[in-house]
Amino acid sequence: MIQFLVHETADSVGVATVDIKAGENAKGLFMDSQKGIEIKALDDIPLGHKIALNDHADGGDVIKYGEDIGKVVANIKKGGHVHIQNLKTKRW
Amino acid sequence: MSNLGTVWGYRRENGRVGIRNHVLILPLDDLSNSACEKVAYGVKGTKAIPHAYGRLQFGEDLQLFFRTMIGTGANPNVAAVVVIGIEPEWTNIIVDGIAETGKPVTGFSIERQGDYKTVEMACWKAYEYMQWASELKREEVDLSEIWVSTKCGESDTTSGLASNPTVGNAFDKLVAAGATCSFGETSEITGAEAVCKQRAATPEVGEEFMAIFNKYQEMIDRYKTDDLSGSQPTKGNIRGGLTTIEEKAFGNLQKIGKTSKYVGCLDKAEAPTKPGLWFMDTSSAAAEAVTLWAAAGFVAHFFPTGQGNIIGNPIEPTIKLSANPLTCSTMKEHIDYDCSAILRGELTLDQSGDGLLELLKRTCNGRLTAQELLGHEEFVLTKLYESA
Repeated sequence: MIQFLVHETADSVGVATVDIKAGENAKGLFMDSQKGIEIKALDDIPLGHKIALNDHADGGDVIKYGEDIGKVVANIKKGGHVHIQNLKTKRW
Repeated sequence: MSNLGTVWGYRRENGRVGIRNHVLILPLDDLSNSACEKVAYGVKGTKAIPHAYGRLQFGEDLQLFFRTMIGTGANPNVAAVVVIGIEPEWTNIIVDGIAETGKPVTGFSIERQGDYKTVEMACWKAYEYMQWASELKREEVDLSEIWVSTKCGESDTTSGLASNPTVGNAFDKLVAAGATCSFGETSEITGAEAVCKQRAATPEVGEEFMAIFNKYQEMIDRYKTDDLSGSQPTKGNIRGGLTTIEEKAFGNLQKIGKTSKYVGCLDKAEAPTKPGLWFMDTSSAAAEAVTLWAAAGFVAHFFPTGQGNIIGNPIEPTIKLSANPLTCSTMKEHIDYDCSAILRGELTLDQSGDGLLELLKRTCNGRLTAQELLGHEEFVLTKLYESA
């Protein structure tokens, strides 16, 4: 059973399709290539929330849908929960 | 012939194809709703579509009103129309506009006759139209002749993951086969407008989109009473996992697929002039937007929903899809197409797009949508400003 989906190969985050618990080896699927991916979750990732597919440095970008969806405002480790605590809009 | 296959539709006098065969009893104004409803009661199978406006409108708002009313009657899902208004002049503007399609249309006005006489005369005409329409036959047409619009509602993360890209996949296939499709929701593109601009077929069309987008933003700035940044994304969006306005907007844009480029921009309720994908300037309120597409001549609508928006339209069948398993089970009667298998990795977007096109074909051939069965017929006019 898969636990998260990734829109595109270029994305830096996946989206949980079930609640993922910290410490789990979560199985994911790239929706474009249909390739599998496995990542150890560092945090609880609730359904619909984002999991980091690689390390993100403060000041960097988060890519989803192959597009820039905002700026990283606190370092994020691979497997970490990506949300309002470490990702902000570039609009305002 | 395209590679999409054929469906059974009604070829109208002007060559356009409809998938329903309504006889409308169309009120010019709020005052004429009652007479229209009496006629629809008296002649079974006809449909009255009451609304709240049509009096003392002026300028651009009045032009939009006439365009919407004439477009609704002219839609190929409509076989014939009876128009009733309080006075003959504006009634005739709508009658003459609809008559340009070549379909049967007659107007009646209430002043100097009263409701009873008007209703009696209108009933005889509606009776004649309904009996005539009941014998019209469907003919085989290419699926690319079916004009399809899309907008989503009550979105959540399942919308961006599965139901919106399912529509995008179907749209890419329809547009590649020569169909006419449209998307809109001007304000909900905020955050992805630069990417949306790039999806235009030519730089000129991209600039036209940006001008419309900026005009809508200025309107919101003019009337807002607080800072919208605190409400986009909404608290509910954030709880569901959406973090930024960009992320929400890119999820919304999934509905236009990966490859299609829009060939032009349309004003509200304006009909496209050639096949391809079109951007229409619409509000993001579901009933208002679908009413505008129906008035522009679109005959079927794809409506992806996350949390379960239940909207419908009286003349343009609204095919609802959702990937949220909770919505698909707790609101089963409202959902036509369940694509939650994508979330389990058991269905690809390509397969889901094909599944949606198959359901579109069945809908064209006469299968009633959830919204039609439930009687959701929200006919909502877009009003630009106060009446005089």
